[in-house]
Amino acid sequence: MEKLSRIGGRILQAIPPVFGVIVITFLLTRALPGDPAVFFAGLMADDSTIAQVRAELGLDHSLPVQFLYYLRDLLQGDLGNSLSTGRPVMTELMARLPASLELTLAGLFLSMAVAIPLGVLAATRPGSWIDHLCRLLVTAGVSLPTFFTGLFLIYVFYYLLGWAPSPLGRLDFLYISPPQVTGFYTIDAILVGDWEVFWAALRQMILPAVTLGLFALAPIARMTRAAMLSALSGDYVRAARASGLGSGRILWVYAFRNAALPVLTTLGMVFSFLLGANVLVEKVFSWPGIGSYAIGALVASDYAAVQGFVLCMALLFVVVNLMIDVMLTLIDPRVGLES
Amino acid sequence: MAPLLKVETLSIAFRTRKGEVQALHEVGFEVAPGEVVGVVGESGSGKSVSAYTVIGLLDQAGRITHGGVEYDGKPVAGRQRELRGREISMIFQNPRAALNPIMPVGQQIADVLKRHALAGRTDARAKAIDLLRQVKINDPEERVDSYPFELSGGMCQRVMIALALACSPRLLIADEPTTGLDVTTQKATMDLVRDLTRARGMSVMLITHDLGMAAEYCDRIVVMEKGHVVESAPVAQLFTDPQHPYTQKLIAASPGPRSQLAELTGGIAAPVSIAPPRPREPGPERLLEVVDLVKEFPRRGGGVFGKKPAPFRAVDGIGFQMMRGESLGLVGESGCGKSTTSSIIARLQDATSGAVVFDGQDILQHPSARFARMPERGRIQMVFQDAHDSLDPRWSAAEAIAQPLRRISGLREAAAVTRRVDELAEMVGLPANLLSRYPHQLSGGQKARVGIARAIATDPLLLILDEPTSALDVSVQAVVLQLLDRLRRDLGMSYIFVSHDLNVVRLLCERVIVMNRGRIVETGTAEEVLHAPRDAYTQKLVSAIPHFEPERLRAS
Repeated sequence: MEKLSRIGGRILQAIPPVFGVIVITFLLTRALPGDPAVFFAGLMADDSTIAQVRAELGLDHSLPVQFLYYLRDLLQGDLGNSLSTGRPVMTELMARLPASLELTLAGLFLSMAVAIPLGVLAATRPGSWIDHLCRLLVTAGVSLPTFFTGLFLIYVFYYLLGWAPSPLGRLDFLYISPPQVTGFYTIDAILVGDWEVFWAALRQMILPAVTLGLFALAPIARMTRAAMLSALSGDYVRAARASGLGSGRILWVYAFRNAALPVLTTLGMVFSFLLGANVLVEKVFSWPGIGSYAIGALVASDYAAVQGFVLCMALLFVVVNLMIDVMLTLIDPRVGLES
Repeated sequence: MAPLLKVETLSIAFRTRKGEVQALHEVGFEVAPGEVVGVVGESGSGKSVSAYTVIGLLDQAGRITHGGVEYDGKPVAGRQRELRGREISMIFQNPRAALNPIMPVGQQIADVLKRHALAGRTDARAKAIDLLRQVKINDPEERVDSYPFELSGGMCQRVMIALALACSPRLLIADEPTTGLDVTTQKATMDLVRDLTRARGMSVMLITHDLGMAAEYCDRIVVMEKGHVVESAPVAQLFTDPQHPYTQKLIAASPGPRSQLAELTGGIAAPVSIAPPRPREPGPERLLEVVDLVKEFPRRGGGVFGKKPAPFRAVDGIGFQMMRGESLGLVGESGCGKSTTSSIIARLQDATSGAVVFDGQDILQHPSARFARMPERGRIQMVFQDAHDSLDPRWSAAEAIAQPLRRISGLREAAAVTRRVDELAEMVGLPANLLSRYPHQLSGGQKARVGIARAIATDPLLLILDEPTSALDVSVQAVVLQLLDRLRRDLGMSYIFVSHDLNVVRLLCERVIVMNRGRIVETGTAEEVLHAPRDAYTQKLVSAIPHFEPERLRAS
């Protein structure tokens, strides 16, 4: 009960940042150079047409009134229409968001699957070869920019070895995308039992996911190693040893669960880094996600699309951090009591 | 009777960056079945290293170079893993840290029971509750689901004891089990350990720096110094007829209810004053008057719309007076409000209400943030509890002492600052060649001297000493106490000495105030309070102090 109210309180705390993001995206797009009314009216328009378009867009009102309109539209799920395609931004984002999320999550899980065991091993044997390997891998991971890793992987695995499929989107054109349920091709394919499509989608995803994963390796592995080292040298681990508990139980139940707390916090941050890194990776692999969409919109000065993208990212960020905090509250009984 | 534990010519070396360092030199002692052996020594004596070698938890850098440990007639090497918890168990200092912070205590006990196949899934909880009841924890059915942070330090140590005794081992190693606990909690905890181990016929190896505690709870004492065992004797014999000079020094340095300041360093008289008493500018005879001082802290809880709970009163309307040149002891257990009171008088914290009249003016008029920049700041100074943490790790000793000279006394000229720093260092007995060192290069006693030099740099009228010796070894504490006493007389200062240790307070203070739950429960001369306490709480406090009385030991 106490936990529930604490989680409820944490959710309430997420409201001010969301509101702040809405205000900032609103102001930012208003501060962009160029007059949207002129764009919409087209090249041949005269002054009266432009004024008419401006009135239609609601741009003739004062800023606070415009903001109220903007809020009303947001509540109705209306992010405006894209300048370049003319379609609602909301629809376009919703169509592309699953692609980005699928890739980012795949990269994150791949990275966790390698980094966490590596960090734990390095912490249990500090100074050993595995510790040095861990250090080497994470240094390589952070020092290589994602677009370079991406291109390098394409060169080796697609061009030289021919193991990977052509880096053009989520699915080879030979296959038909599975019926949309979650929007994640791999999961949707499993849901309809189409293994062929599943493998095809997975093969497309491997290279970009590895590219993202390499980038995320360093912070996760370093944090796991540091947190495990401090947990293992903790008094409670020593006490657990003194009472004769088995080494597996000490390592995983006593040390790792305590070390998991800072690692979880790091995961939240890494996920947000990945959302940013995604933009470049999607471009390199022609991935039809919101990152490549945003670049296109930015180049075309498509303010509604940019606004929608920023808002979408910020919301994702808030939601992910909220989820991490809720998880921390569930694991750590002390959360919210110290401060 | 064959010994249960036999440590024989044990030598341990540690690998460090500067090569191998010998931590133990052919250490040998025995623990008989049912015997309580105290291993006593100051920091660096190797007493903990011996214990960790016995239980097989020695740091990876440590290596046995000679000798070994036998348990029940067989060497322990290689089978410590089976012995731990089952035959030998251990309790630690800082009990709260020794429990897994994110696991309910009952589950931690159940873990140990299950590991040694003494409980299954179904009865583990019931057995854990039963163990909690044995260590006299109230409401064990509820406490079994508590997390360590929800329990007090004393309760955590009880849980730790339950954990250690869960599998009925035959040897308990207690490593400074009550350091950091209040004296009354310390007594309750140690009485519990004694009763439980005695009832089970267990042997105990009690590691402590406190001779009083060793005298009270042990059958035999092993004295260690710098990795050597210097003396080993039954308690009565050790205290009545100590053989080794180090033992004699240690016994002399431990403050008892009747010891004198000069005797602490083994009868050698305190160093003579280096300067004649400094004439002070005249002022009111009454230096400090505290009137109805209250400090409240908001309590947590009460949601956004809920009613705010009543604030917690850390200091609840206290008042006292202090004469010029007087030394006043402020005594009580943790949470009694003594530290809050002293930091309000030192103007590091603001009070909720009340007045502190210092040298004729109410200094509570000024918020603490502004007081830091007023000339009066230099008149009240403080020596902090932790000599290490209260020094900036990136400042040398000289820079630390010079800081108040520049900031408060307004001494600008570099040569004048250096001259004054040298003078202060000489006053506190800090060798001049140590002035360029950084805190991590200084010993505990030297850091304490730096802290004192920094506090007296501005020539204060009132010095507030917040447990200045609690982290020091007894022999160092003796020297520092003598230094403080000499400085007070030489410089004509007044002291407020905050401490939980009545024996130490008595040595330095004429008058003592005992606090409990934010109120003053008793005031009087140090002798009165210690030897004839009137208040029930003071009586409890005084009787809880572990001490040794050679006369009583000789009689028994």
